[in-house]
Amino acid sequence: MTLIDLANPTRFMTLSARILPWLAALTAIVLVIGVYQSATAPDDYQQGATVKIMFIHVPNAWLSMFVWGVMSVAALGTLVWRHPLADVAAKAAAPIGACFTFLALVTGSLWGRPMWGTYWEWDARLTSVLILFLMYLGLIALWRAVEDPSRAARAAAVLTLVGAINLPIIKFSVDWWNTLHQPASVLRAGGPALDRAFLIPLLVMAIAFSLLFLTLHLAAMRNEILRRRVRSLQLLQASRAEA
Amino acid sequence: MRLSGRGISCVRGGRDVFSGLDFEACSGEALAVVGANGSGKTSLLRMIAGLLAVGGGSIALEGGASELTIAEQSHYLGHRDALKPALSVIENLAFWRDFLGGEANDAMESLATVGLDHVVYLPAAYLSAGQRRRLSLARLLTIRRPIWLLDEPISTLDAPGAGMFSNLMSDHLRRGGLIIAATHGPLGIAASELPIGASP
Amino acid sequence: MIALAALIGRDIRIAVRVGGGALIGVLFFLCVVVLMPFAVGPDLKLLARLGPAILWLGALLASLLTLDRLFMADNDDGSLDLIVMGQTPLELACAAKAVAHWLVAGVPLVIATPVLGLLLNLDALPTAVVALSLLAGTPALTFTGMIGAALAVTLHRGGLLMAVLVLPLSIPVLIFGVAASEAAITGLSFAAPFSILCALSLASLVIGPFAAAASLRHGLD
Repeated sequence: MTLIDLANPTRFMTLSARILPWLAALTAIVLVIGVYQSATAPDDYQQGATVKIMFIHVPNAWLSMFVWGVMSVAALGTLVWRHPLADVAAKAAAPIGACFTFLALVTGSLWGRPMWGTYWEWDARLTSVLILFLMYLGLIALWRAVEDPSRAARAAAVLTLVGAINLPIIKFSVDWWNTLHQPASVLRAGGPALDRAFLIPLLVMAIAFSLLFLTLHLAAMRNEILRRRVRSLQLLQASRAEA
Repeated sequence: MRLSGRGISCVRGGRDVFSGLDFEACSGEALAVVGANGSGKTSLLRMIAGLLAVGGGSIALEGGASELTIAEQSHYLGHRDALKPALSVIENLAFWRDFLGGEANDAMESLATVGLDHVVYLPAAYLSAGQRRRLSLARLLTIRRPIWLLDEPISTLDAPGAGMFSNLMSDHLRRGGLIIAATHGPLGIAASELPIGASP
Repeated sequence: MIALAALIGRDIRIAVRVGGGALIGVLFFLCVVVLMPFAVGPDLKLLARLGPAILWLGALLASLLTLDRLFMADNDDGSLDLIVMGQTPLELACAAKAVAHWLVAGVPLVIATPVLGLLLNLDALPTAVVALSLLAGTPALTFTGMIGAALAVTLHRGGLLMAVLVLPLSIPVLIFGVAASEAAITGLSFAAPFSILCALSLASLVIGPFAAAASLRHGLD
């Protein structure tokens, strides 16, 4: 089974219908394991139990950028390869990515209050993630502004690719500027700087949230395909009534 | 009821479109305004509808409701169809029924009469040009007003649609209504002609 | 009454269904507020002091830009002709459209204020006061902006021209809105500027519809 097979919406619908229950179950299992490991992880000697917000905050932050990456690939699919499901994938991913970004901002803000004494600071990392959030919302508004989904797809694809410039800025902002946000602890040259007791739950939660994204994304893609079918049927009905 | 105009003139963009125009239409009568493009047909209809200030002359209505203006007793069917694409067909019609006020017939029945009963709940964006014109017609049927001011009413309709509209116009005249229509071609009903346009 | 309720309901339904929905104004508000620290610098104390002013400016600009299409859309598709020919006075119809616009564009700005106050490092009390002053002042912004929107239809020009016409009318609202917000922070009298703000809103509720209706009547050819 190749990517080409998935290009057919009908085949995609049957395949995703079969995969989705298993994927949802797997997500639930890994999530439960991750939450358990996070809860039983030791407290930080400095921050106490509040450090455990990290287990939600960091995966959400990673995913907020990852989802934009997924949308960028889908955008290339729309513009370059004309893959029929590419714009469905892009449109379905945007609200999910926006939610992950929002959760990253909120959990980060709640974590920042005890750590830095403020809910918000205009440093490079926080600001660039906030801008990412604004770009997600703008993209969603663009999708909704044009009635015909295939026309909206091209405009959204261009915007997505242009916005991808923000991703390296976010990643390296803590290195390039003097920021309040801590520098990279996991994905950095020289290997992770986190202790195993924190690293394992963090990675498990990251996998759990990634599976969650996959599940939600497939479900959202199915909904979008159904939505377009309804629209086609309505257009057909309108033109039939004419005759 | 008698709708009449005396000595009406129209100046648009510094140009004298027509002047000294007289017309008269009584209940049960139709008046077809004929003339070349740019001769002022639309302007005349808009003057009667109160949308354009009458340049010289006067328009008067005898026998209508004295507390209502001519505009409030008329339907104006212009080139544009006054429908919102985001709303469904029935939502569009129900809005005009509620907003324009006065006596109203059932909206669903009017939609069935004009042949739109299969698309009642569809968004109006999905309608073709002919269907949009029918929706405007449904508005004329739903809200009962005696005077119909029609600007090229059958231009976007196909033959069956034009036939249906002619029947509706005949019904309206039979009930004592009055029609003034600007048109290039035949309306399909008996109507006296009013030629318009500045004489060379 | 039914006619006005129908008009308000229709406008709200269209605003919610079309394009970005009602939230595009809030998104713009958010963008304006986010732009400020880039211009002013990330000094939190400075932002907290400027906070009420930044929020009011953002709300003003967001209101202005969403008002542009208030009458243009109806004029373009011929609905305005029919609205004028209804049995409802045009002044009331204009007021109803402004009420719908305020519900869809103004109230969300007020609701978004606490979140944005957080970004600007405003404490709870100043944020609440700014939100209250926006609640009292956004009707004035909508109803005076309506005059510009009507003029834009008459003149067949929208966008910046409309904004330029309306901005001078909005200045008193801005002055007293910010004054009321800052009064609560600095401890000066809050009641005085706030009551003037409310008075401006009430006055615009009357003047706006009359001016807009007069302008629309002349613009219909």
